[in-house]
Amino acid sequence: MRRLLSTTEAPSPVAETAFAADRAWRLNPQVALRDEAFGALAYHYGNRRLVFLKSRTLVTLVSALADYPSASEAIAACVPERSHAAYERALARLAASGVIDAC
Amino acid sequence: MPAETAEAAEIAEIAETVEAPLSLKDRFTHGLDAPICLTWELTYACNLACVHCLSSSGRRDPAELTADEARRVVDELVDMKVFYVNLGGGEPMLRPDFFDLVGYAVERRVGVKFSTNGTRLTAERARRLAALDYLDVQVSIDGATAATNDVVRGEGSFAAARMAMDNLAAAGFGPFKISVVVTRQNVEELDALDALAASYGAQLRLTRLRPSGRGIDSWDALHPTASQQRRLYHWLLERPGVLTGDSFFHLSALGEPLDGLNLCGAGRVVCLIDPVGDVYACPFVIDRQFLAGNVREAGGFAGVWRSSELFRSLREPQSAGACASCGSFDACRGGCMAAKFFTGLPLDGPDPECVHGHGETALASLDTGSRPHAAIGHSKVGVDGTPVPVPTPVRFRSPART
Amino acid sequence: MLAEDQDTQDIEDVSDEDVDELLVEEVSIDGMCGVY
Repeated sequence: MRRLLSTTEAPSPVAETAFAADRAWRLNPQVALRDEAFGALAYHYGNRRLVFLKSRTLVTLVSALADYPSASEAIAACVPERSHAAYERALARLAASGVIDAC
Repeated sequence: MPAETAEAAEIAEIAETVEAPLSLKDRFTHGLDAPICLTWELTYACNLACVHCLSSSGRRDPAELTADEARRVVDELVDMKVFYVNLGGGEPMLRPDFFDLVGYAVERRVGVKFSTNGTRLTAERARRLAALDYLDVQVSIDGATAATNDVVRGEGSFAAARMAMDNLAAAGFGPFKISVVVTRQNVEELDALDALAASYGAQLRLTRLRPSGRGIDSWDALHPTASQQRRLYHWLLERPGVLTGDSFFHLSALGEPLDGLNLCGAGRVVCLIDPVGDVYACPFVIDRQFLAGNVREAGGFAGVWRSSELFRSLREPQSAGACASCGSFDACRGGCMAAKFFTGLPLDGPDPECVHGHGETALASLDTGSRPHAAIGHSKVGVDGTPVPVPTPVRFRSPART
Repeated sequence: MLAEDQDTQDIEDVSDEDVDELLVEEVSIDGMCGVY
């Protein structure tokens, strides 16, 4: 049965889901997203990770992800072009932490 | 344009979209609009009498929050989007509405972890707990053997805790936590504690002994020595899977920082709600000086969290005071305010267990009257009116009494 | 040629970290002091 998981090892930076920008992604249903003035806090009830999203743009992007057929298109719609690569890397980190998962 | 300029421009561009490029630690130091998690002591009633009890528990307070008031607190935590709550006491399973309240919280996706001495964690209750989602259990012991543990927690308490662990395992609960307060006596048993946790597939959690509650009087005899602290630090560095609740951040002055935020979260990202609804900065400072308000006030818990004068002042930059000239201050932040307060040390100075020995020096130069006296609190008292910190034999309730 | 490659490598490494730290940071939920 599901419950708050406790890992017996420290959380590792190994990717939980390999990120591919041409796939569709969404906020993981096991994650609670709480808005803050500076961005948002994301708490994953499964792996107990607390992740800090440090820009409102990133929060907007993550919240809108599921509306787009691919992460690339979501980024194109939500993020200034010069920052596309950086936000793609941010999404990859969020995928590694389990904050977002593939649809 | 040249590679360096393109990168600099990209960083500047990102910075424009980022409202506040401060670290998580900086943000937390200034406080948040709601706690991330918090401790909630459900009752001062307890059937044990541990010598170091941080809440001086034993006797139930007649003004305990009612079941309805407790549900209103959960409603507030839901509104504030608090991610999870740590239930404790006293012994939380002594609350008649314990299961109702836990169910009420997890149904609303407020994660619950509760700390228990295990004496009421029967096989049947373990099965009930195993069926719940969003739930963690933390069983408290203070030694890897009854010999070490029971001196602090009472004769029979280790056996009762082990039975609770066996019940959780048999019920298929999954990984639970074993929580140990590190003492001079149990530092020698760290490896054994690690093995004990591993034998259950459980997670070991070590936390710092603070001189709080009944700990005021037992701290001198129980707190680890400087050399033991150094050993503990290195032991923890080698075992990132052992939880600490960030309670040893004062040891980060020894070198590489331990896992965690390495800062005091009290009043900033965490706090305590006590059994009568009083809100304190953290469970280790149950004292008027650190009382922020009460959930029964008109603004409820949210009002206290957001408007209390105490919390406002904690969320301001704290003075380094006597530690300002020390190169380690950034790493240790002057340590734990509870440790300082209850040993009579000024809050803007070294922690009593400062790894460089500055705390010991400060303690030695204190007037004898500086240390706060241990209040009776809710301790059970003997016929002469003094607390009964002497461990009393305990029994594990038989299944028939669930 | 080798020196140029190393320089490029260094810039990319540093900027990835800078940029990433500006957007995402993580901590363990058990990693804040003042809780049971």
